[in-house]
Amino acid sequence: MKITIEQLLQNIKDFKAGTKIELTGTIYTARDQAHKRLVELLNGGNRLPIELKDACIYYCGPCPNAPDKIIGSCGPTTSSRMDVYTPKMLDNGVKILIGKGKRSKEVFDSIQKNKSIYLLATGGVGALIAEKVKSFKLIAFEDLGPEAIYEIKIENFPLIVGIDCNGNTLFG
Amino acid sequence: MKINSEEIINKVCELCGEVNFNLPQDVIDCISSHIKNDNSISDNILKEILENAKIAREKKIALCQDTGTANFFVKIGKGVEIVGDDIVTAINKGVSQGYTKYYLRKSIVSDPLNRINTKDNTPANIYFDFVDGDKIEITILTKGGGSENASFLKMLTPLDGWQGIKNFVIESMKLKGSNACPPVIVGLGIGGDFASVGLLAKKALLRTIGSKNIKQDYNDKEQELLGEINKLNIGPMGLGGNPTALAVFIETKPCHIASMPVAINVQCHSCRRKTITL
Repeated sequence: MKITIEQLLQNIKDFKAGTKIELTGTIYTARDQAHKRLVELLNGGNRLPIELKDACIYYCGPCPNAPDKIIGSCGPTTSSRMDVYTPKMLDNGVKILIGKGKRSKEVFDSIQKNKSIYLLATGGVGALIAEKVKSFKLIAFEDLGPEAIYEIKIENFPLIVGIDCNGNTLFG
Repeated sequence: MKINSEEIINKVCELCGEVNFNLPQDVIDCISSHIKNDNSISDNILKEILENAKIAREKKIALCQDTGTANFFVKIGKGVEIVGDDIVTAINKGVSQGYTKYYLRKSIVSDPLNRINTKDNTPANIYFDFVDGDKIEITILTKGGGSENASFLKMLTPLDGWQGIKNFVIESMKLKGSNACPPVIVGLGIGGDFASVGLLAKKALLRTIGSKNIKQDYNDKEQELLGEINKLNIGPMGLGGNPTALAVFIETKPCHIASMPVAINVQCHSCRRKTITL
């Protein structure tokens, strides 16, 4: 099913674990160090470099783009490393998470509480995913290199709903 | 025989690109052999992996964004003299040039706690064997963090036996297998000591899928473990079904009478390795 981020946000309760979608819209990459910095900024009451309300966070550290390409390889990284920070991100408005692999019970519970959703991308197919990227822009934390926050516009990004907000998960 | 370090630098530079753009044929063949065309989640993932390999090869986009730690296994013939830089410097220069030239991700930080990116993917991990002859054989294995984090080392004791090893492997796979981008290849090192058993497990990953262990009893054990792992229903990307593993490879070494070190080094489906000879 082809769907935009806006449509997904409006109908988030209708998307069940196991549903395959092709997502179009604007997402932000953030992995270990970016999460650490975002949560430190939140805890300090500081302004964030991205708006978290209704945001879609993609756990990804892309390859740099060659001059003739929009982006390099850009598949998902292991989500569970971000588990410790995820409830805080969801409590502050993040609605859509994209990554690979299982999540902790705390993340599962937070997804239910915040009526958000966890989507799975296939790991190790970053060249295929790069074909779905229409723009790629550095937003914050440039010193982190691949771990910086990038804004990515995706078109028909193939995903599976991993954890929905109705208590269902693909990970038993 | 004299080999100029410039040649090593240039060859390693090109190797970094080639290994990240080309999935080895044995891996492609093995994944293809598991496709059932049943429209299951596992089947779709296997097809995505094959399509990804085609895009990566044709468009020179890295197979995986995690272009990894660059591991080198170097066999140096005793008749070789290297002129110019020493070989460690030469390999690191090649990695720096290759990861920059081919727009590969720089994934190495200079300190495990301070975590400042070195910005050229160096230093590489380099391991040496000294052999007869007048050539240098260089094998690269680029290793992503996800599968490396699913690896384990344990000091078993002699009476734990093969059953103890099997239990350790199965429990490790249950614990972390789904995070390692399955279907995986499992490298199992048995013997040596604490320091050397991890390297044994890593070297096991260099074998070609379908190759046989030269020791028949270990060849049987590899097949036995592969069967056990594929009963776990972890499946491609941990979403159930089969296969969970494409192969199990075992490397062994003599060890102390009181010890039986065991290391499990897991390799994701994007099993990127290539060997060249100079």
